[in-house]
Amino acid sequence: MIRTEGLKMEFRVGFLRKRVVALKGLTMEVKKGEVFGFLGPNGAGKTTTLKILMGLAHPTGGAAWLMGRPLSDSSVKRKIGFLPEQPYFYDYLTAAEFMDLSGRLFGMRNKERAARAGELLDMVGLSHAKNLQLRKFSKGMQQRIGIAQALINDPELVVLDEPMSGLDPVGRKQVRDIILGLKDNGKTIFFSTHILPDVEVICDRVGILVRGELRAMGTVGELISGTRVKSVEMTFKDVSGENLSRLENMASGTVTRGSETTATFNDPEAAGKAKRLVFDSGGEIISLIPHKSSLEDLFMEEVGKKK
Amino acid sequence: MKVYAIAINTFKEVIRDKIFYSLVFFALLLLGASVLLSTLTLGERSKIIEDLSLSGIEIFGVIISIFVGIGLVNKELEKKTIYIIISKPIKRWQFLLGKYLGLSLVLLSYVAVMTACYMFFLYMYTNKLPWQTLMAVLLIYVELLVVTASAVLFSTFSTPTLSASYALALYVIGHMTGDLRGLAAKTGQAGARAVLNFIYYFLPNLEDFNIKARTVHAMPIPLDYLLMSISYGLMYVMAILSLSVLIFQRRNFK
Repeated sequence: MIRTEGLKMEFRVGFLRKRVVALKGLTMEVKKGEVFGFLGPNGAGKTTTLKILMGLAHPTGGAAWLMGRPLSDSSVKRKIGFLPEQPYFYDYLTAAEFMDLSGRLFGMRNKERAARAGELLDMVGLSHAKNLQLRKFSKGMQQRIGIAQALINDPELVVLDEPMSGLDPVGRKQVRDIILGLKDNGKTIFFSTHILPDVEVICDRVGILVRGELRAMGTVGELISGTRVKSVEMTFKDVSGENLSRLENMASGTVTRGSETTATFNDPEAAGKAKRLVFDSGGEIISLIPHKSSLEDLFMEEVGKKK
Repeated sequence: MKVYAIAINTFKEVIRDKIFYSLVFFALLLLGASVLLSTLTLGERSKIIEDLSLSGIEIFGVIISIFVGIGLVNKELEKKTIYIIISKPIKRWQFLLGKYLGLSLVLLSYVAVMTACYMFFLYMYTNKLPWQTLMAVLLIYVELLVVTASAVLFSTFSTPTLSASYALALYVIGHMTGDLRGLAAKTGQAGARAVLNFIYYFLPNLEDFNIKARTVHAMPIPLDYLLMSISYGLMYVMAILSLSVLIFQRRNFK
């Protein structure tokens, strides 16, 4: 659906025309029907990549294809929906007028436009606000109308730039559900974000972009597999005296509340020994939780790495 | 269809803007003032009203053309609303043309409303309807189309403040190109003459659209003069818009 090869982008900024490199040869692919999360810290070049793909900026090097066609072929835009980062809309339009304008730009017929707009406003929970001017919309409502306009043409490929930023937990869940719903309908979704827990839940594959370079790409499982268990947290009760102080020595940290103690062990072996000791001393284990590396750890590691 | 969608949207944008109404309000105030001033004159009161009103319609029209015109593209870039539009299957020239036509439509409504008010005032005070001044209004509208196109052109590559200065400068110089030509004829230096002549032919000759005094004093305006001026204006608009599209096409949106 999306393919880029050696995509480069350079800007000249300021009076001295200082060179700023935003993308250093990005090569990646998004396959049909998948949810692809494009991760990276602020300023990594995510938005620049999306702008190039959407024809808002011209790359200074490399090439990209959408649905097998080069970017210069704007006819593919018919099958694409796009939500920019922190979207601003025409303040003076009402939600219904804005949806109508979006539909017109796709050359949709009057009836089709009205039906589709109603359907989408319903889906994003804004039917009640359809005659309200957009300047009266809250941030969450703006994000939702943004998603609705991106879907007006029933696109095959949906590109979302930071769809969850600035939303409260309820709003984030709604956006997540919308994305998963689109995936169930066979759409391809490509979105950029820096909200990692959402990515683990909804993405089939992710790419991590740092300072204009793609540092990692693959399924969430692939990327964090092979990473060892980082620590084990064990909660137990009814252990006292010498046995308790031995356990405390083995653990990297303990918290005691009444007769219950929660101990954290840095390696699984120590946790195994501790478990036996609790049994032998007649105590009871309440919970035993291994903590594995998460996408967040991988992300922080990649961001922290020097070139 | 897509150009129409953008044009209608632009029309709504300007019409729902408070700045537009305040400009229209002041323009109407000037019309009212012209009636007041006419009472201070000896002789033909209607000439004062006609002259002041036509000038008022032109001046405020130019202000709207320039200040709304430069905002057409700049506001879209600044507020990033352009991302939503350009990512849809619309060509950049369609977007630019739609924006231009939208404002032209606003200016048309503005000129129509102002002219109706002016005719009404005049009829109330003099019991006369000076139909020949409508020709002056027509050419004022063509002039506004040229000024708007130049404002759009400047705003495709410059900041709002600079664009406004350029467009205003073009308007002022456009009314003095006759003097430039006179200067060229008088100067002895061949180089200077070539430069002055180039500027004369290159910049729009806005004085061509100024037949206010002639219509007010009921001097005859040949039809071919009228048609030539209109064609000249429209050709100039097309040239400026084509240049704007060429620049806009290559632009990266930040």
